[in-house]
Amino acid sequence: MKLSRRHFVMGTSALALAAPATIARAQSDNIKFASILDLSGGLDIYGAPMAETTKLAIEDINAAGGLLGREVELKMYDAQSTIQFYTQFATQAAAGDKAATVHAGITSASREAIRPTLARFKTLYFYNTQYEGGVCDYNNFCTGSTPAQTVAKVVPYAMNKWGKKVYIVAADYNYGQITAQWMQKFVAENGGETLDVEFFPLDVTNFGPTINKIQTAKPDMVISALVGGAHVSFYRQYAAAGMLKEIPIASTTFGVGNEQKLISAEEGNGIIASYGYFEGIDSGANKDFLTRLEAKLGAGRPVMNELAIRSYEGAMLWAEAVKAAGTIDREPVIEALRSGLSYDGPSGKVTIDSQTNHCSMNVYIGELANQEWNIVESFENQPPADTQLVCDLNENPNQSTFLFENGLEAAGIK
Amino acid sequence: MDLVVAVLFQLVYGIANLALISLGLAIIFGMMRVINLAHGEFLMLGGYTVVVATNAGVNIWIAMLILAPLVVGLIGVIVERLLIRWLYGRMVDTLLATWGLSLLLIGLVTSIFGASTGTTISPPLGIIRIGDYSASGYELFLIGVTVVLFIAVWATLKLTKLGLVARGTMQNPEMSAALGVSNTRIYMITFGLGAAVTGLAGGLLAPVTGVLPTIGATYIAKAFITVISGGASILAGTAAGSILLGGVNGIFAFITGPTIGEVALLVSAIILLRLLPRGITGRFFRKSL
Repeated sequence: MKLSRRHFVMGTSALALAAPATIARAQSDNIKFASILDLSGGLDIYGAPMAETTKLAIEDINAAGGLLGREVELKMYDAQSTIQFYTQFATQAAAGDKAATVHAGITSASREAIRPTLARFKTLYFYNTQYEGGVCDYNNFCTGSTPAQTVAKVVPYAMNKWGKKVYIVAADYNYGQITAQWMQKFVAENGGETLDVEFFPLDVTNFGPTINKIQTAKPDMVISALVGGAHVSFYRQYAAAGMLKEIPIASTTFGVGNEQKLISAEEGNGIIASYGYFEGIDSGANKDFLTRLEAKLGAGRPVMNELAIRSYEGAMLWAEAVKAAGTIDREPVIEALRSGLSYDGPSGKVTIDSQTNHCSMNVYIGELANQEWNIVESFENQPPADTQLVCDLNENPNQSTFLFENGLEAAGIK
Repeated sequence: MDLVVAVLFQLVYGIANLALISLGLAIIFGMMRVINLAHGEFLMLGGYTVVVATNAGVNIWIAMLILAPLVVGLIGVIVERLLIRWLYGRMVDTLLATWGLSLLLIGLVTSIFGASTGTTISPPLGIIRIGDYSASGYELFLIGVTVVLFIAVWATLKLTKLGLVARGTMQNPEMSAALGVSNTRIYMITFGLGAAVTGLAGGLLAPVTGVLPTIGATYIAKAFITVISGGASILAGTAAGSILLGGVNGIFAFITGPTIGEVALLVSAIILLRLLPRGITGRFFRKSL
């Protein structure tokens, strides 16, 4: 056959047109799993470890043969600690990628920015961060711990150990404000007294006046819900003034950004915190997970905390639900999740609570020694009792609200 | 009585803290009319120098007092040579360029050291007892360092030949060039010194604050407000701005709480700049340095 220029051009352009189509088909066969986290900017101390464990989860799922015979493809977005990127990327993930599920958000503000978007696009949403509780949303699974699981444990433990008079310091945004209300409630329920509550804007770095006030009030302990890099200064200045030895600290946030590594051993020794995970959990699943993580990332791997571990377990819960449902369609997967699905992960057994779309989980109290957490007490299978007070998705699945938006009193809890 | 002393101590420390984080910015802004939006990142680099050096086994005093100003001063010189010197007299362009620089520095530090770097340092001095109250000895040390630093900058500008030439160059570059002074060299040295003072401040704050790549953002606004409120005089302006704003912030933070403390600081800066648009030293102590 004589190859004229016209034929050649026609043939190759047909080939060129056909080629992307085959590639596109190969890609669209993959199941899309979208992750939106802050991997740069001020919140990257939380986001970076979460991204690593999310990647590991997708690798593990694919190494076990993928889901429904298809490969899972991770679409990872960096929201750069900026809320507007969350809405933008959530829309992209839902409408553009047609992701089967979106696992996203670190701060409560970022969650509230994308929850309505993902509900509107009918895209299954996982929020894998510990938070203040109160989300009641059929489409949204909150796998992190809530105050009834952690604050309710650490407050009586610390009060038994140190005394009844409590001074609360917290970050000045919805997490800190609402968590401080939970703290006051649990302090009162355990027969204690809250001497004062102080809120700090996120860029405060000089805590001198507050340390004076704590010295004046003479509490038996300080409970902190401080957040972010600037607030790390509180622990350092508190210890530098010799206070940590006199008035100990319990916290609901210290450690989720691996803050224990950002201050020296003597500035942190004795601080108590409660989470759904600490590295010291003595189980085969946990040790195996840490070994594999170290093999992947080397000895310089990030320290694992609840946020990172729950990002892994959240992905695994979704994978289990897809297997059980036999499809990636949203409705059957949600039904499978809400059927009391559970996953045995590094933190122990995590079970979806169908009343709230939150999780029942093991909760641990840790005490800091030489920049590492020692588990001093553990509680098995704790329900999300706070959100259960106000939310019942079994009765009315057609809900998509954040009930603690205006505080506990507005939600009818006192 | 003990309480009064303890609160006064914290008040003085709050003022010294503000003066310390602002001085380097004041030198660069006051002398060269360059607004350095990467000032917060220079503080961060000072802190990182200390954290990285102490992790490598360097003595904390050497890391804070020698390495931090040296490293950040050198970075300042490089930045001046590569970036700032093309932009003299173009204030808006320097704003944009140094803002870009601040993003670059955050990105560089994050990609080299990761989102956070562990540390083992703590404030190297003991506790001071004030009756029932206690305060950090290191904070007293920081107050002392701030005073010494102000005296040193004053002496350099007022008593040395370099200071004289630098001040002359800033006032009238053509004249000083005509007298045989290399203006570009003077600019470079001044910017480097401003950066070194900032690095020293960042290094000194490393044991009492969190050191993260993004931490600069928490300092930049306060440093700016202090310098702008202070006005054109480098030392008198920074001191006056720090005393006013640090004092207001400390008093309100103690009486009401930190949120109102921050609000009071900003409100007093707004009122001040409404009444004295050129800052405190635009009206008072105009002849001072």
